Amino acid sequence: MPHRPSRANVGRRQAANHLFSVLAILSTVLVIAPLFAILVYLLFQGVRSLNVAFFTHLPRPVGEPGGGMANSIVGSGIILALASLLGIPVGIGAGIYLYEFGGGKTLANAIRFTADVLNGVPSIVMGIAAYSLIVVPQKHFSAFAAGVALAIMMVPTVTRTTEEMLATVPNAVREAALGLGIPKWRTVMTVSLKTASPGIITGCMLAFARVAGETAPLLFTAFGNQFWPASLNEPIAALPLQIFVYAVSPYDEWHRLAWAGALVLIVLIMVSVTLVRVVTGRGMLNGGH
Amino acid sequence: MQRGSGGVADRTFAALMLGCALSIFAIVALILGILILRSRLSLHEFGFSFFLRSDWDPVRGSFGAVPFIWGTLASAFLALLIAVPLALGVAVFINEMCPRALRTPISFLTELLAAIPSVVYGLWAIFVLVPIMRRSVGPFLKKFFGWTGLFHGPNFGIGLLTASMILAIMVLPVISSIARDVIKAVPNTQREGVLALGATRWEMVRIGVLRNARIGIVGAVILGLGRALGETMAVTMVIGNHAAIPKSLFAPAYTLASVIANEFTEATGDLYLSALIEIGLALFLVTIVVNAIARLLVFMVTRGNTARAV
Repeated sequence: MPHRPSRANVGRRQAANHLFSVLAILSTVLVIAPLFAILVYLLFQGVRSLNVAFFTHLPRPVGEPGGGMANSIVGSGIILALASLLGIPVGIGAGIYLYEFGGGKTLANAIRFTADVLNGVPSIVMGIAAYSLIVVPQKHFSAFAAGVALAIMMVPTVTRTTEEMLATVPNAVREAALGLGIPKWRTVMTVSLKTASPGIITGCMLAFARVAGETAPLLFTAFGNQFWPASLNEPIAALPLQIFVYAVSPYDEWHRLAWAGALVLIVLIMVSVTLVRVVTGRGMLNGGH
Repeated sequence: MQRGSGGVADRTFAALMLGCALSIFAIVALILGILILRSRLSLHEFGFSFFLRSDWDPVRGSFGAVPFIWGTLASAFLALLIAVPLALGVAVFINEMCPRALRTPISFLTELLAAIPSVVYGLWAIFVLVPIMRRSVGPFLKKFFGWTGLFHGPNFGIGLLTASMILAIMVLPVISSIARDVIKAVPNTQREGVLALGATRWEMVRIGVLRNARIGIVGAVILGLGRALGETMAVTMVIGNHAAIPKSLFAPAYTLASVIANEFTEATGDLYLSALIEIGLALFLVTIVVNAIARLLVFMVTRGNTARAV
């Protein structure tokens, strides 16, 4: 008599199948739930705490109500501008080398690999490195040291996206330019780079969004400051740093400011990440693809 | 004349770009060099026993990293325990079950989790997660799982378990995004082959997809581990920062990254500072090795066709 699948066995397999479907859907819900829990609570607390003074006033001492984080917002802007100024050109240059000159060479592969690994180094290590390299010899904390720490963190992301974006430029375009007798450097700068520029700008914004919220590298470099930034060569206030200080403080008034600061920070980051996504369909994590 | 100047400019340009590329090596070498240089006092004083001693007493100048290593490994392990099944569930859901129209929004939402800064996670954890742990989840665990011995001792809300939970949320997008790429890289013929034999969807996923993608999934998990080991701010804000080996999941602990964050600017004395930098050096080397392994595993599965992550 031929073997027939027993009904019990089919039932078991179908039950396993249903269980699997339920678990997969449940885990998706469980992953997305914290996102909404965090964003909604942040929005609720942040909007309640935000006011004009937050954007225009300096922090007040404990016990005095009011005050804002104006200097931290400006400070973060300065640090991030400095980091972008230092990190983006190096990253783009490295990306150009990898695609336009590197080819499949061992050196290019080693650089790719190192960039990926550098991407995984904890940000606090960047902080110690910048502290040891810049703060110790100078004998004071500085905005410059903070900018360098964040710049280092931007380089790998910018490098890899630049390379991937250059790869989308058709070779025929390069060959056409070279065939006209245009030197390679001009071909790269005016043809390849220009064609790939929307994607490269996207990569830079991703790198920016990723370092904008970084706190750990600023602890021993920017250090924080109660006053307006006056020079790159002195301790400077930064938004994430001030949020941290206020969050772990025991004062309700400071907690309020921390929520307001967190809301401003996240709006800044979310806007750039969403813009990137809308413009190019790329995610926060897959800078490439 | 045109050609000649073009040649010089071309060579200069190529050299300049090469310089940028080589600077990536230089950065890694510089970080390694400066960390070794600045931690040499501690390296000299304690040698390898630094990683075997469990006393951390800045007053007496006695430094051992065991409590931090313990706290780091325990929190990372617990975080992965929570995050890995969820991340795989999401990755499978997005690739194998989800209606096409929902695919992009759901992957976007999971990736938004990666966009939230660590300090904001920490802020949320202090004011939302900690009270929940103290009032509801903690007592519940104690009542029903107290017999395991993992949940004894006072429950303040802050401690190892809370830190692991926030860490789990933070590593989730890292693991799920790579797992998604790896699963996507499994050829459709594998799925069709299994389905043609009459398999259910779950059997298709188990036999046709997960089995083929397992090396890459391990890579994704290890990459998540690398992230968990180095995560600083959120963990520092809720782990309790107590330099002792935790005896329960409710107990306060300390991680390698959080001891640096907390004590670095207050470190008095060269030996103290140098011990903290040595901890940073250890963290640097461990995360480099962990990341390198993970990259190789992911690369083996996707042959470099994947999006680079994190």
